[in-house]
Amino acid sequence: MTTRFDRVNARDKEMKLTKYITVGTALSLLPTFALAQDAAPSFDEIGPYIMTTLLFLVGGFLVFWMAAGFAMLEAGLVRSKNVTMQLTKNIALFSIAGIMYWLVGFNLMYPGDFNGYFAFNFVPTTLEPVGLAAADASLDYASVASDFFFQLMFVAATASIVSGVLAERIKLWPFLIFVVILTGLMYPISGSWQWGGGWLSELGFSDFAGSTIVHSVGGWAALAGALILGPRIGKYKDGKTIPMPGSNLALATLGTFILWLGWFGFNGGSQLAAGTVGDITDVGRIFANTNMAASAGAVTALILTQIMYKKVDLTMVLNGALAGLVSITAEPLAPSMLGALLTGAVGGVIVVFTVPLLDKLKIDDVVGAIPVHLFAGIWGTLAVAFYTGNWGAQITGIIAYGVFTFVIALVIWVILKGVMGIRVSEEAEIQGLDTSELGMEAYPDFSKG
Amino acid sequence: MKLIIATIKPFKLEEVREALTTVGVRGMMVSEIKGFGSQSGHTEIYRGAEYAVNFVPKVKLEIVVQDSMAEQVVSTIANTAKTEKIGDGKIFVLDVESALRVRTGEMNDDAL
Repeated sequence: MTTRFDRVNARDKEMKLTKYITVGTALSLLPTFALAQDAAPSFDEIGPYIMTTLLFLVGGFLVFWMAAGFAMLEAGLVRSKNVTMQLTKNIALFSIAGIMYWLVGFNLMYPGDFNGYFAFNFVPTTLEPVGLAAADASLDYASVASDFFFQLMFVAATASIVSGVLAERIKLWPFLIFVVILTGLMYPISGSWQWGGGWLSELGFSDFAGSTIVHSVGGWAALAGALILGPRIGKYKDGKTIPMPGSNLALATLGTFILWLGWFGFNGGSQLAAGTVGDITDVGRIFANTNMAASAGAVTALILTQIMYKKVDLTMVLNGALAGLVSITAEPLAPSMLGALLTGAVGGVIVVFTVPLLDKLKIDDVVGAIPVHLFAGIWGTLAVAFYTGNWGAQITGIIAYGVFTFVIALVIWVILKGVMGIRVSEEAEIQGLDTSELGMEAYPDFSKG
Repeated sequence: MKLIIATIKPFKLEEVREALTTVGVRGMMVSEIKGFGSQSGHTEIYRGAEYAVNFVPKVKLEIVVQDSMAEQVVSTIANTAKTEKIGDGKIFVLDVESALRVRTGEMNDDAL
């Protein structure tokens, strides 16, 4: 199996080739071309490259679809007066991530040789030349373009997590500036520690598809933002939590199902290889385990809310499914179906107990993203140690990502607050961001509320 | 003429409409409302936070009938909407000064 760590070598080779082709004259290219034609590679040689590239492309567009899932989930869980703003943030953050990851992110995250902590590799991503000859491809891996496309979708997921937590009260532009920093610098730098072959990967830390690297990082950044931003007006009164029910649970449910679908690409694609019987079978195993964990998280939340509140709470069941997915993301391959069920079920338990806990601490998380992505992400990453036995590395990784992301995010939020303010005015917040900030309502025919 | 205002449980609306049509009521106004009476509110739980629902959903009927029909209409609503559980609603009867049918200009009883 190819690991994320191996990609560094593959990409190194690719970059050298690209340079050679760019610098080289037409004359020097001609013999290479002729040579490639003489010895056409057999399908045995190029098959794995094609299969893995295909895995990245299919996985990539599945993970892309998670952006739609986040948008619908958040649109459904905010009040109707803030829906247009939430949708605007979602398409903006995804698009910013797409540009920033090309500009600096990808090469910062997968730099090849570096000191293991920070790569001074501020270079935009370049693709293979058009019509790449087989002889010039990294046949032991996949195309750079497919790899970039696949990895890009992960950073976008991280940014989506932040938007849900801070909904209904944060200004558009300071939020987008934070997204620029998160997707261009913070996520790629911390990601390189593990997936770029950095110090955590040397240490034996393991996070298959990113319970910590993607989900907890988003959760930590959001938590810092929620602390600096404060709760929505009227959310906590006289020591009590005042519910602010979401505008459309049909959209929230659709969003959850879309995220669930996208997760097959998220975890399955993270096998990073599909060219052997072993690899493609592993991808199948990952799909099955991923589905099991989501089911277990949802059913757990279903039963728990019935017991604790005497009525099932749909929003908790949706969060439960997502928590199950986040929990299995750190290790979707090794567990049996029963193992995946247990991992996901614990995720469901975490959500049901920590959503009210955050409210007790007066941390206002509009969509429940901190329990789902941060807390379940920590659990999923810890649970990997049941298979690897390396508890030290798992705990070190969790703390390292937590401290780095939380502290830097806190500093950035404080600076943004001081420089331009991050919160809308009281009047704008009560009126709703749709009319006050954008002058455009998602449901213009509905009455105010 | 009398104006009869009745608040009833929403699920009883169809049954009450049918019963009133049977006794000869030829029109009514219906609105979805929220309010509280002796039923007061109740508590619900959303995402683990308990909260009070102070206003309960009801349906309000407004029916204008000739004086002679008023008593029958009130008793029909009362009999049909009754579940004998708290929150069945209330019925008020008011005098109506005049009525006019917009299309024809007919007045009072003729306009009903």
